[in-house]
Amino acid sequence: MKTPTGVTIVQYVLLAGFLLFLGFPVLWIISASFKSSAELNSLSANLIPNEWVFTNFTTALERQNLLSSAGNSLLVAVSTMVIAVIITLPMAYVLARLRGKARAAGTVWILSTQVFPQILIIIPLFLVLRTLFLNDTLLGLILVYVTFTLPFTLWMMQGYVAAVPRELEDAGAMDGASRFRVLVHIVFPLLRPGLMATAMFTFVSAWNEFFLALVLLQSPELFTLPITLRAFLGAEGQTQLGPLAAGAVLATIPSLIIFSFLQKRLTGGMLAGAVKG
Amino acid sequence: MTAPAPALTPPSGAPGRRRTTGPRQRAERREAIALVIPALLPILVFSVIPLLAGVYLGFTNATLARNAEIEFTGLENFIELAGDQQFWDSFGIGLIWAGSVAALTGVSSLALATLLNSNLRFKNLTRIIVLIPWAMPPVVTGILWRMIYDVNSGPLNAALGWFGIDRVNWLGDFSTALPAVIVVGIWSGMPQTTVLLLAGMQSIPGELHEAAAMDGANGPRRFFHITLPSLAPVLIAITSIDFIWNFNDFGIVYVLTEGGPGGRTLIPPLFTYLEAFRNREIGYASAMGDVLVLAILLILSVYIVNQFRQNKIGR
Repeated sequence: MKTPTGVTIVQYVLLAGFLLFLGFPVLWIISASFKSSAELNSLSANLIPNEWVFTNFTTALERQNLLSSAGNSLLVAVSTMVIAVIITLPMAYVLARLRGKARAAGTVWILSTQVFPQILIIIPLFLVLRTLFLNDTLLGLILVYVTFTLPFTLWMMQGYVAAVPRELEDAGAMDGASRFRVLVHIVFPLLRPGLMATAMFTFVSAWNEFFLALVLLQSPELFTLPITLRAFLGAEGQTQLGPLAAGAVLATIPSLIIFSFLQKRLTGGMLAGAVKG
Repeated sequence: MTAPAPALTPPSGAPGRRRTTGPRQRAERREAIALVIPALLPILVFSVIPLLAGVYLGFTNATLARNAEIEFTGLENFIELAGDQQFWDSFGIGLIWAGSVAALTGVSSLALATLLNSNLRFKNLTRIIVLIPWAMPPVVTGILWRMIYDVNSGPLNAALGWFGIDRVNWLGDFSTALPAVIVVGIWSGMPQTTVLLLAGMQSIPGELHEAAAMDGANGPRRFFHITLPSLAPVLIAITSIDFIWNFNDFGIVYVLTEGGPGGRTLIPPLFTYLEAFRNREIGYASAMGDVLVLAILLILSVYIVNQFRQNKIGR
């Protein structure tokens, strides 16, 4: 299939436009993280720093609580990931194997959770956590994150479970194994790749999450990375742009690494879910 | 996905299928319930109960004060809300924000996915770049776009300066704030939509295109007669979810403008947040949330009823 040269040129121009739009802001913040504060506040806007400065990263880590916030974020994200996967797995199995109305109800419920404004849940959630003495604690935040990532985790996992041939289970049952044994020894091992993908996705969600943490955490020493970064912005004109950019770049690295692993699986999982719904 | 109507004859070994009540089925049902409880419990405590409480709080005079008594006030909040011009303005802004972002993201993602699906070079580079905004924490997205839009040191104004255009305070100006925020919404939504559409395109059988090409259909014709119709269900689903998601979320807008200037970007969930946690008016804020839910449900009911009619869900 030959395409006319004119069309090809238009295509490349469009592609370049999209690349500029999507890629330039990212390059800009990376470049900003290496600029001196004098250059950042000047009117000249260069993509390549005039003078490469590496102190923004050390300043960000030392002076702005970034390291302890990163520690909080890591603790929260890892705990959310582990708990979410453990409690999702059995339910995803049931959902995937159910038929008829129960499955339809489950599916509609999963979809509808994406629909309610979180802000409506957040207000009483804050009150519920306060009643349980869990507000302004990382444990409270973890439990909330687990709950809020569940719908999507379930959605992905039930897709992976549905892909496991039922005959394998029947064979196990025929040999006299209990359902529990069948699950642990036959089904779960087959799910490992899907499990990994789901777990990593949950990690990224918790690592990036902003506004639940904004509402639920008050003590600065408990702040997660996004909240601390937001606090960097501070009063207008007072912002130290260099360290802020450095912190933003650092905060993106973990999810970027995980996403590059996950890209294919995520689309697969979401599309499978969309089609099966 | 094949097997069109398995409802009456489910494959053996399915837990909790039809209402047969042999001992084996009852045992299976018990097992199913046991397997579901670990996930249902947190959902109940941290999602269902708060949701119901949230609906209820809209009918009360609750505040954030710890020991204040919560009184049922009936429709008082809603009557006040009906006359609250700022809320209705914010509702309009929310519709413009979510609608523009969903529509423009859909169109530009479709264009980008089509480019990535043709035999151009630099596709791998593009895929990597497309990935980055997707993985970025919303806060970082907000921070980096504040830098791009900055009146003095921002590259956008610098670039416009080359053409002799005066500096614009993009996020601070009444007329530019909302469009500027919408652009960021598109930027952060495009990667995911593009990747999904691309995957959708690649699942269209190549023979369709070859046959059409053989019959002499050119690129645009093939796009409108084969690619677009095959992709329509995915495109519609993604765009509606994108709309609802943006209508309900406020993370990016909060970091970019906090609703300013002069309320020009004050989308409803952000308004609700400020009412609840800055003005501490929990009851009134919840009433706003109730109205939002109602609006979304109205939009959605059309879609769901339609789905049920086509019997797409009930299998």
